[in-house]
Amino acid sequence: MVSAASALLLARFQFAFTVGVHIVFPAFSIGLAAYLAVLEGLWLRTDKQVYLDLYRYWIKIFSVVFGMGVVSGLVMSYEFGTNWSVFSQKAGPITGVLLSYEVMTAFFLEAGFLGVMLFGMNKVGRGLHFAATCCVSVGTLISMTWILASNSWMQTPASYSIDPATGRFMPEDWLAIIFNPSFPYRLVHMGMAAFLSVAFIIGGTAAWHMMRDRRKGLPISQPVKVMFSMAMWMATIVAPLQILAGDAHGLNTLKHQPVKIAALEGDWETESRAPEILFGIPNMKTEHTDYAIKLPFAGSLILTHSLDGKVPGMKDFPADQRPPSPIIFFTFRIMIALGMLMAATGFLSLYMRWRGRLFTSPLLHRMALVMAPSGFLALLCGWVTTEVGRQPWTVYGLLRTADSVSPIMLPSMAISMTAFVVVYVIVFGTGIGILLRMLSRQPEEGEHDLSEQGTASVLGTRSHPETVLSSPDHGA
Amino acid sequence: MSGAAYWLPVIWTVILAAAILIYVILDGFDLGIGMLFAVERDQGRRDVMVNTVAPVWDGNETWMILGGATLYGVFPGAYATLLPALYLPILLMVLALIFRGVAFEFRIMTRDSGRSGLWDVAFMGGSATAAFCQGAILGGVIQGVSVTKGAFNGGPLDWLTPFSILCGLSVMCGYALLGACWLVWRTTGVLEASCRHWARRLAIGLFVGIVAVSLWTPILHEPYLVRWTDWPNILFVAPVPVLVILLAFLFVRGLQREHPVAPFLCALGWFFLCFTGLGISIFPYMVPPSLTLWDVSSPPSSQAFQLVGTAILLPIILTYTVYSYRVFRGKVTEADAYH
Ligand code: HDD
Ligand code: HEM
Ligand code: HEM
Repeated sequence: MVSAASALLLARFQFAFTVGVHIVFPAFSIGLAAYLAVLEGLWLRTDKQVYLDLYRYWIKIFSVVFGMGVVSGLVMSYEFGTNWSVFSQKAGPITGVLLSYEVMTAFFLEAGFLGVMLFGMNKVGRGLHFAATCCVSVGTLISMTWILASNSWMQTPASYSIDPATGRFMPEDWLAIIFNPSFPYRLVHMGMAAFLSVAFIIGGTAAWHMMRDRRKGLPISQPVKVMFSMAMWMATIVAPLQILAGDAHGLNTLKHQPVKIAALEGDWETESRAPEILFGIPNMKTEHTDYAIKLPFAGSLILTHSLDGKVPGMKDFPADQRPPSPIIFFTFRIMIALGMLMAATGFLSLYMRWRGRLFTSPLLHRMALVMAPSGFLALLCGWVTTEVGRQPWTVYGLLRTADSVSPIMLPSMAISMTAFVVVYVIVFGTGIGILLRMLSRQPEEGEHDLSEQGTASVLGTRSHPETVLSSPDHGA
Repeated sequence: MSGAAYWLPVIWTVILAAAILIYVILDGFDLGIGMLFAVERDQGRRDVMVNTVAPVWDGNETWMILGGATLYGVFPGAYATLLPALYLPILLMVLALIFRGVAFEFRIMTRDSGRSGLWDVAFMGGSATAAFCQGAILGGVIQGVSVTKGAFNGGPLDWLTPFSILCGLSVMCGYALLGACWLVWRTTGVLEASCRHWARRLAIGLFVGIVAVSLWTPILHEPYLVRWTDWPNILFVAPVPVLVILLAFLFVRGLQREHPVAPFLCALGWFFLCFTGLGISIFPYMVPPSLTLWDVSSPPSSQAFQLVGTAILLPIILTYTVYSYRVFRGKVTEADAYH
């Protein structure tokens, strides 16, 4: 019994750890692929060297990020079977089919055109190369759509029946399964999260180069200026939208998973005119949120958009159906705080832009640099909130996590957990080190390598990543 | 069993087998190239080897993800029993593929820090380990998995037997052969010549492996033996060994006459035949020796929905896969690789 409980715990940790590492790289790929497509489009349209310089700079980052996304995703696609075999057996007829569609519509598309995108400029010409970049970008978006449909179905299951003999979920209407009640909200929220995360990485990188150049008394290069400006536009526009989307997402969750909302708010009693708890420590044993600092009426106002709206409390639900409030209470607040700070950064940049100090304000640059990892942090906090908030279920209200796990012995689970931690620290640690080193180099400014490398076959770019896309004149 | 409930799993078995075969062939030569790092020390030539597959390896590996996802969606019963049963070799394979996947980038990106040698080792070790594990997994499936009430109930090391180790070594040998033949086709000069030399030795190894596995398989389970010896089955299966030997002749001739693609095609033919032979042995079992494809399949509504998508998408996927191979066709030389 003890060993079954520990095996379950290890399986959960392992899933959270591996998917938490994975999610960062796809989110990076989704945002960056779109950014690259925009850059290449701008270059084709305007013929300005600066866009090509930026494309060359970020595509090297992309190739490393994408590689890490692929290998960490491979792990995920087998982990359902190895660790969550009962879940796969029962929900496979639905989630497995969605995953297969993801492979066929997205992964192949990305993989098929990635080679052309990374090495094909000299071989296929500008128009086709742009098409390849767009295919990769669209592939990442399609991928996100399917996996979120699957995840959302687990949160708000729709259009299934349960086979009494085997306990399997039998699909009914596939459109209703895909467009289940939480899917549209999650798709929008996650999509914007990916774009914002990458915008802040780009903005932070540019800010760092500007601060360094200023310290050295050098002029700021054109590519750095352009990327900073683009990133800050993104922050200005998308961060406020993300807050609106998050708000809508929360209202929707209140409708379908009220106990999750009660838990992430730390509310125990159902109240109208409920206060918003700004800080506190929810205690699952005493059923009370200790040290609470409350803002009167705000809870009802935020969650129901009216002062005397009814807000649920955890005591309305049996103790064995409550998610662990102390975790999600905090992750939820961190996500919100970071979202607000992102919007603040966006407004500050708008103000500085208006005052003509976008490229000179040390305050803005320092802020952008500090905020560089904020997108990924918020994204992870958001996922922990969503996923831990679904507990104790894997398929909400229908299949318990404790009943989803494989009949695997503790030793195998302990071996695999240790192996994953060691391997991920080595591999992704090295990868992040490489990324930081690449980001600390200035984007190179154009022309010169045209003559220098003009004749190099494009495959050589593998050995000399600096020359990806050398000699664009060969194309077209 | 009604029409759809009978035929859908059969159609899906064929598709699944095709996906796995495509995976084995495509990623086989990738992994083989990794293993051949062991006999090629020169940095420049190693770069050429990697450059012949760098633009396509991700697509190759996607076939494996398709295999996993198909099993999950269409044969969840098999996914949920085979994966726990083969937990450790799958874990090891996945970890190995992580190392070899990132090594494509890392071995170059770490060159200025002097650690790139380590990532060359990771590339080689990852490829070899993944190849061995895939063979061992295959062996583990063929020799069978202990199941009660539709769930795995054996121990973590059940898969580890002399038979699965033999399968693992044979697959390593076979992948290295595919890699060598691929390089004969796609490279020039010293590298081409040395690969031709290695191809011959590896072919002998693989041939021995094939014979050993073929003799061993029928005695694992009664139904396997019946499949190969009963009249009239034997009429259908007898050509398999004959063709294996015929291909061996063509292979040797191709190498002697320095034909660019003949050896590669013959090696592919061998893989095709072995795969068919094993398929013949275990059909209709999906989880030998107890669960058939009908026992483990998902409801017809799931299979039908996925079949519609597959029928439309698979031809499109194959088309652009061929396109991306064509973009990068032709010999790769050191001049392309490093300057
Ligand atoms: C397609 C499905 C899917 C997706 C896209 C995600 N998860 Fe999830 N998650 C599950 C499917 C799932 C699951 C299989 O249903 C788990 C395993 C055990 C469980 O309780 O649910 C789970 C558990 C789980 C847990 C453990 C909960 C607990 O122990 O209380 C955490 C912390 C996360 N996930 C975190 C994440 C993060 C950070 C994600 C961001 C990408 C994420 N999940 C995406
Ligand atoms: C737990 C469930 C998940 C599984 C089983 C899974 C599986 C995979 C696999 C196998 C790959 C590699 C594809 C390739 O070879 O090209 C991959 C990549 C990808 N995944 Fe996931 N994934 C999961 C979660 C997510 C989530 C939550 C998202 C985002 C919302 C996501 C988005 C992507 C994207 C965009 C890619 C391609 C870009 C890249 O490789 O970096 N995945 N995933
Ligand atoms: C301040 C504004 C924000 C609000 C009100 C908000 C609200 C929410 C809520 C209520 C959830 C949980 C949904 C559920 O339980 O099903 C959630 C999840 C999530 N949040 Fe936010 N969020 C905000 C900002 C952000 C930001 C800035 C990011 C990242 C850049 C982000 C990324 C995510 C992600 C990735 C998830 C999990 C996926 C999902 O369920 O959509 N959020 N958010």
